[in-house]
Amino acid sequence: MSEVSDGENERIGVYVCHCGGNISEVVDVEAVADFARDLPGVVLSRTNEHMCSELGQKQVAEDIAEHKLDRVVIAACSPQFHEKTFRTTLSKSGLNPFLLEMANIREQDSWVHHDEPEKATQKAKDLVAAAVAKARFDTPLDRRSIPIGKRVLVIGGGIAGIQASLNLGDAGFKVYLVEKEPSIGGKMAQLSRTFPTEDCSACILSPKMADVPANPNITLFTNSKVESVDGYLGNFSVKVKQKPTFVDPVKCLCCGACEEVCPVTAPDEFEAGLAQRKAIYVPYDFAVPHKYLIDEERCLRLKRGKDVCGLCIKACPHDAIDFNQKPRTQDFTVDTVIVATGYDTFDATKKKTYGYGRFENVVTALQMERMIVNSVQGKPLRKMGKRIAFVQCVGSRDEQVGNEYCSRICCMYATKMSQLLKRSDPSRDVYVFYTDLRAFGKGFEEYYKRAQDSGVKFVRGRPAELFEDPETKKILFKVEDTLSRQVIETEFDLVVLSTGLVPNPGTKPVAEMLKLAKSPDGFLQEAHPKFKPEDTLTEGVFLAGTVQGPKDIPDTVGQANAAALRAVRLMNQESYSMEPLMAFVDADSCDGCGLCVPACPSGAITLEAKKARINEALCKGCGSCTAWCPRDALDLHCYSNLQLAAQIEVALATKKKNQQRILVFADDMTAYRLADNVGTARMSYSADTRIIKIPSGSRVTPKLMLEAFSKGADGIFIGESEKKSSSYPHSLAEIERNVARVKEILTEAGIEPERIRFSQFVTVMLAGFVKQMNSLADFCAWSGSIPASKRKVVLKDLGEKLFARSGKESAQI
Amino acid sequence: MISKTEITAKNEAFLRRITELSGVSITRCEQCGICSVACPLVSGMDISPAEMMRTVQLGQEEVTSTKTIWVCASCFTCTVRCPRGLDPSKVAEALRQIELRKAIDYMDISTIPAEEMRQLPQIALVSAFRKLTG
Amino acid sequence: MKIPYYPGCSLKTTGKNLEVSAIAAAKTLGIEMVEIPKWNCCGTVFSLTEDDLMHHVAPVRNLLRVQEMSGNGSVDTPNKMVTLCSMCFNTMKSAAGRVSRNAEDLVKINSFMNLEEDYKGKVQVLHLLEIIRDMGFDKVKEKVSRPLNGLSVAPYYGCMLLRPADIGIDDPEDPTIGKDLFEALGADVVDNPYKKVCCGAFHTVNDKSLVADLGYEILTRAQKAGGEAITTSCPLCAFNLDNRQKEISAAHPEFKQMPVFYFSQLMALAFGLGEEECMFEGNYVDPRPLLKSKNLL
Repeated sequence: MSEVSDGENERIGVYVCHCGGNISEVVDVEAVADFARDLPGVVLSRTNEHMCSELGQKQVAEDIAEHKLDRVVIAACSPQFHEKTFRTTLSKSGLNPFLLEMANIREQDSWVHHDEPEKATQKAKDLVAAAVAKARFDTPLDRRSIPIGKRVLVIGGGIAGIQASLNLGDAGFKVYLVEKEPSIGGKMAQLSRTFPTEDCSACILSPKMADVPANPNITLFTNSKVESVDGYLGNFSVKVKQKPTFVDPVKCLCCGACEEVCPVTAPDEFEAGLAQRKAIYVPYDFAVPHKYLIDEERCLRLKRGKDVCGLCIKACPHDAIDFNQKPRTQDFTVDTVIVATGYDTFDATKKKTYGYGRFENVVTALQMERMIVNSVQGKPLRKMGKRIAFVQCVGSRDEQVGNEYCSRICCMYATKMSQLLKRSDPSRDVYVFYTDLRAFGKGFEEYYKRAQDSGVKFVRGRPAELFEDPETKKILFKVEDTLSRQVIETEFDLVVLSTGLVPNPGTKPVAEMLKLAKSPDGFLQEAHPKFKPEDTLTEGVFLAGTVQGPKDIPDTVGQANAAALRAVRLMNQESYSMEPLMAFVDADSCDGCGLCVPACPSGAITLEAKKARINEALCKGCGSCTAWCPRDALDLHCYSNLQLAAQIEVALATKKKNQQRILVFADDMTAYRLADNVGTARMSYSADTRIIKIPSGSRVTPKLMLEAFSKGADGIFIGESEKKSSSYPHSLAEIERNVARVKEILTEAGIEPERIRFSQFVTVMLAGFVKQMNSLADFCAWSGSIPASKRKVVLKDLGEKLFARSGKESAQI
Repeated sequence: MISKTEITAKNEAFLRRITELSGVSITRCEQCGICSVACPLVSGMDISPAEMMRTVQLGQEEVTSTKTIWVCASCFTCTVRCPRGLDPSKVAEALRQIELRKAIDYMDISTIPAEEMRQLPQIALVSAFRKLTG
Repeated sequence: MKIPYYPGCSLKTTGKNLEVSAIAAAKTLGIEMVEIPKWNCCGTVFSLTEDDLMHHVAPVRNLLRVQEMSGNGSVDTPNKMVTLCSMCFNTMKSAAGRVSRNAEDLVKINSFMNLEEDYKGKVQVLHLLEIIRDMGFDKVKEKVSRPLNGLSVAPYYGCMLLRPADIGIDDPEDPTIGKDLFEALGADVVDNPYKKVCCGAFHTVNDKSLVADLGYEILTRAQKAGGEAITTSCPLCAFNLDNRQKEISAAHPEFKQMPVFYFSQLMALAFGLGEEECMFEGNYVDPRPLLKSKNLL
């Protein structure tokens, strides 16, 4: 990156576009061009019928050559249409493309102030002046380029992680797959059949599981945890810790002699606690890896010491038992990460009124899956009885347990298991107690009908409380059939709780390491719900499967495929290019106070040799750090302190007596585009507004706001993207904090704090935007002009006012 | 015979009135029926608590003439069990208030024997008056 | 600890045995309950409609008395008060919550009361059971001189101590405070699946049979679970479960009557206090034969 421009001796060319009348029918473009000619640094100023046409571009190219222009300002339509076009023009003419500024005098001027041509012309002049002022401080910038390789970490070895790993391995990428359990396979391995096709879950999953260790590009770590991930896209350094199994996997031939002699039993996780296993065990018959391991928590010798037990050592004919194994740590570097840590089932003991854990005949759906599998294999895990009830929405859609969301799969797995039970023994009475039966997927509705045909009874109503008959141990409950309005009292041999999906507790540390956000439901937040459902806001980190939210197997596999593709999209480039929008530090001013370090949500700032340092790969360019710096040492390329201050000053410079000016800081992603959309819809709002584009509302520091008031602003508005769809979800809190500070200072100075406002927007809130603009303009008009005496005091002792307090706050962090 | 039921703007006004009085977002009820079977007094009611919620959703004022609203003892069992976080006991209270504010009594004090009056705890009498008299 | 105590109407009449035993038992634990001067009826039920502020005046006036006591040094627990009756507890705590959350309501009620001092919205309403739990049941155990060994007790919670969830003093679906207390007193505690079911409340005034039906269910379930007596903290629950056993017996001749204790009576008994503190003569079903059979009297 090059030095910051000094704003002196620039040679700026200004071009004012007619836009075929779109602008010139309202704005006096010649007057604007004449006005621009006298602005500092401007060496030529022209008008043109269509700047975006080849002729327009040619004119710019010729002028750059002939007049040695070193900056170009184009006053035309919104930069979202032709900024790229003109950047290319500059590049081709040998100028750095970032030495271009645009003044939006169409969407944000002629189209919104069509009834007030004089004011529109004045506004156009101000916008051009602001663009020229900004251009004076433009510096040549380069797009950031990060080298990127072909290595990927996949966290979680359920079906999502397996699918993503196999895709990537097959495509020639180096995959590290980390699974915390002793076998890959995840929850899918435990299921009976899959809805709606009734494939045997183990039968379709086990070949895929076997493919993982067979793939030469995949390194598999089971019984392992990701200890740490540091770094960024193209350079994540990973530490994986593998727990010992205490059995040499090469020597063990799985003869089972050890298991026979092991005296310790423990609940079998794979059988959902309905069976017992030994302390030395193979997780299940199609586990991968299929090797014995010793459960550290249960083994007598590991718990009590070397002299205890040891029966397995004596029993093993291959000398495979090795109690000297130690945890192993492995370090490696990857370029991208896929998080596939899956879900956990809702802990049914939390729904106290259903008595799970207290009543022997209340089981969970996962337990029923295992009961069905084992019954089919002719070795039933427990008695089922003749009357079986499924109770839906246990732990889902229930604010009493804090889960508002629908788990999406319970309706269909209950539909599946109820008909499997009914079809295998038609003399059974099988009921499903539900509120809404959601059969939304391909083939689901047909499958639901099949369940109804099989004789399963679906009753629309859920019980409030289950009771156990103290003698028969049958489960009694009341339920209202909300369709017939009858309160039914009934008794079942077995009640199956259709437990919902909750975030896997193992996700939490991973999310913290990778700085991934959670959505309100506790699952991880995708970067965009429609267009980037596999991406996260951390560049190079992707989500696959239920870690992002409840979903069924096809959706999980689909997302795993997509996540793999999104990772490939980056890794197939030799380097990754990023916009130059990023923070930078003026090392001379930085005194190493460190306030900015915790303020950065991306962790992009570190202190090195008592100076703040920006990690270019991590900085997302929101600019919120600039508000935390007491010495103005932190700054942002493309939107520098000097540039914003100059824009503010110039936009207010032409204000006459009895006029007012509202500065509108609009974030690039939403508010600025919304203002464009308002123009496109030819709606109107106060012509006293002057819009300044910023990357995020958090870039507008309290100091900039107060400078604006001191220099003549009558109102300030900050428009920001709605939090949930923002690239900078933390910004809103930053804006709130900054605005609150400014309001305090305004109040102290005797200026109405209501003159500063902010709002979250989405790009379709046209009427809302207009209303907000007018309301602020009306308020300022109604409150009258701010006396110069009050304007003077706002900047007094500013450093102390702003940072005496924030210093204390940061000490608390 | 199924009679035809009309739903008009009046119904909307009734729903709005009960929503305001109770502070409960009644339209959010999804009719799971849990309140009905949580209710310890449902066997003495003519319509279930869930049906009460439904009739209010539909704005049917006739719900104020049901026995249900007077049987409800505000024990809040429905409140702690509603999966949507609603409070049907507040809706029942609002419906009672619609009637009680017309100065209509649902209980005749004069029928309580003097002997009984002496034995009853004050809190029984005061709460009965509060809940059942206008 | 010296804490303002709000008795409420029934504690001075039908619930005298609750008041006397609770004050004595609390004293043993070092809790001095100082009766609030000039207290008035709390209104018994918390007004549930949004627009009804008027009925919150009565409980708030009591809260103001507590605030005054905090200011004049007659107690050492600023802005805290204790209740015994579950209904008063629920009404007072709900009213305190509404005005502390809603400044506008507080202003209106203050201007209506038009007293010298405004209520500031800070008083915390506690039930004696909460205070005991927070002291620790070990402290209770230390004071037990006559452990209730062999006495099978089924704690009954009713509604107002548990619900709504933000008012209740324990998990509304799985309360344990009674179990923990009576175990500390040495009793055998059994679990009544109907421990949270409403006793029928004020319907006792004009629908005795409804209350008797509910009482029958609650008491017989307790008996099935092995309970010899049940406990309560509410004079209305006590009346419905104790006095209405007359009606239950009339409807169900096979029904075996069982004693209904206030939690505090069992505390007083276990702490070795005398009959004048336990006041068993105030109970409808005389518990003394049962206690004698267990060598506890």
